[in-house]
Amino acid sequence: MIESRGLSKVFKDKKRGLISAVDNISFVCKPGEIYGLLGANGAGKTTTLRMLATILEPTDGTAVVCGYDVIEAPDKVRAHVGFLSTATALYPRLTSQEMVEYFGRLNGLDESTLRKRLDEIFTRLDMNDFRDRRCDKLSTGMKQKTSIARTLIHDPQVMIFDEPTLGLDIMTARTIIQFIRECRDRGKTVIFSTHVMSEVEKLCDVIGIIQGGKLLAEGSLAELREKYHEQDLEEIFVTVVAPLYASQEAV
Amino acid sequence: MSLRNIGVVYRKELKEALRDRRTVISSLLVPLLLFPLLTAGLGAAMSALMGKANEEIPKIMILGGEDSPQILKHVRKLNQVDILPATGDWKDKVINKEIRAVVEIPAGFQDSLVRQQIGWLKIYNYDGNLESSIAADRIQKQLEEYRGRLVKENLAAKNLPEAALKPFEVKQQNVAPPEKVGGAAFGGVIGYMVILLCLTGSMYPAMDLTAGEKERGTMETILSSPILRVDLVLGKFFLVLTTALTTAALSVTSMGVSFWALGHFHAFDKAGADAAQQMQLHIGIHTVLSIFIMVLPVAVLFAAALMAVAIFAKSYKEAQSYITPLMFIVIIPAVCAMLPIDLDAKLALVPILNASLLCKELVTDTYHWNYIAIIFGSTCVYAAAALFLAVKMFQREDVLFRS
Repeated sequence: MIESRGLSKVFKDKKRGLISAVDNISFVCKPGEIYGLLGANGAGKTTTLRMLATILEPTDGTAVVCGYDVIEAPDKVRAHVGFLSTATALYPRLTSQEMVEYFGRLNGLDESTLRKRLDEIFTRLDMNDFRDRRCDKLSTGMKQKTSIARTLIHDPQVMIFDEPTLGLDIMTARTIIQFIRECRDRGKTVIFSTHVMSEVEKLCDVIGIIQGGKLLAEGSLAELREKYHEQDLEEIFVTVVAPLYASQEAV
Repeated sequence: MSLRNIGVVYRKELKEALRDRRTVISSLLVPLLLFPLLTAGLGAAMSALMGKANEEIPKIMILGGEDSPQILKHVRKLNQVDILPATGDWKDKVINKEIRAVVEIPAGFQDSLVRQQIGWLKIYNYDGNLESSIAADRIQKQLEEYRGRLVKENLAAKNLPEAALKPFEVKQQNVAPPEKVGGAAFGGVIGYMVILLCLTGSMYPAMDLTAGEKERGTMETILSSPILRVDLVLGKFFLVLTTALTTAALSVTSMGVSFWALGHFHAFDKAGADAAQQMQLHIGIHTVLSIFIMVLPVAVLFAAALMAVAIFAKSYKEAQSYITPLMFIVIIPAVCAMLPIDLDAKLALVPILNASLLCKELVTDTYHWNYIAIIFGSTCVYAAAALFLAVKMFQREDVLFRS
């Protein structure tokens, strides 16, 4: 489970001064559920997810992931989290297998467990044809599968995806979507960020709309439709963010 | 801190480094080949040039001497020169290397000899041009022999012994053993080269493992794993240290082998053999080991400092721009060691310079244990400070995610 409690992050910029990227965000994401964080560019999605994955430290507030506090036990949090984003690239000079092995070892897997899990994942994701190929020689789809294998090797209970389909072709994007769905079906806690409405509509059990670092609306698609009297998610999104967007533009 | 995780990171970085052509070239090939190329290659080139210059029969001209037939006759009989008729543009011909030297016999020269007044003969040459200098030396030597004969004749004519002109001789004699002589000449250069190679061997891996990782987008990937940041830094640091030490070990070993080979195999002609004899440098196993041990803390200092600087960069190219000035900070003290400076207690505290000066002493088989202790200790302190800084930099979000 993921429980965000007033998460905030302020960055210091030499030119712009203090920037509040995430402002007092609280939500809960349960196992067997996909939580979609929907927002425009710069809304604070990536920063929120990075804090949950303990890549960044919150300035205020905290989060509990799998029972561990992100500030007090970040390494334990990371041991139970699989994190995938467009910024999580592969090591070009390692083979696909070596890449996944490396992260398996960093996650504390012993060699026999690692070997067994590697074979299972590579077979499940149909990766055996290229397991000995260097990552810089893989196609986009193969790279994405290798990244997925990397996040799965230690069988984490929580999966965090930051715009996982950004820049991917339709077929590769479908693979990712299918994979996210499978994670949910296996009882994992899944949170992912996107600005693609169709992905949210297809996948998410709970949707959180974020803008200007604030969580402006939350609920299932049905709940949001009822609350904002709109059927189209895009219209709901615009309705929710418009006032804040307008005030930001005015500033 | 987990030694296991440090080991996992180290082995992975080592695997990647060995698959990277640039690391292999800068850390393995360059140190292996540099000294053999410098000694054998440069040595062979130098001896070939010297040999060719010595074999040349230089073209010369003679100016004047119409009223000094005796000296003119003697000058015309100079050995191993080709005398051309004098022309008005002789100076230009010397500068343009068409002739190698010009001998001038001033007016009234023979007359001054007869009256036993001091006269002069001038040899015009092109200073800095090897062939011209050899020609001038050859002419001077023969003219001085002639002068010597004239002196003997004059003394005999006056029934004076030769000792009247030279009551005693003054001679210099070296008492230092050959290894100290060679070491004094080359020790500074060796120290400079080993330290510089240690730096250059670790530069690329340091940049690749820090700024390069940011540029490739794998920094966030590794930071999402459970590994502690201090373990990550130390794993990378040990890889950079490995490349620095490998470069140092290979360069010291190849240096020792090159100079040993130079001392034993004279593949050149006599001129080359003479040159090789002068360059002879005795570097024993114990000297090689001593230099390597001296370089250890220097390598730690370089590895940590390079990582601390490179992690700040957003990209590999930016890291290069930060590290290039660092090279000058290392080169300047290393070069200063080639000056005739002796190690003392104050200089023993100056990083890099202390190691270079120590290397110079080690090559001459001189062991000042008090200075060695100061240098080793102080360098370890500097290295520890640099490593601490590198670890701290890796824990700063504004550095890791600088964009």
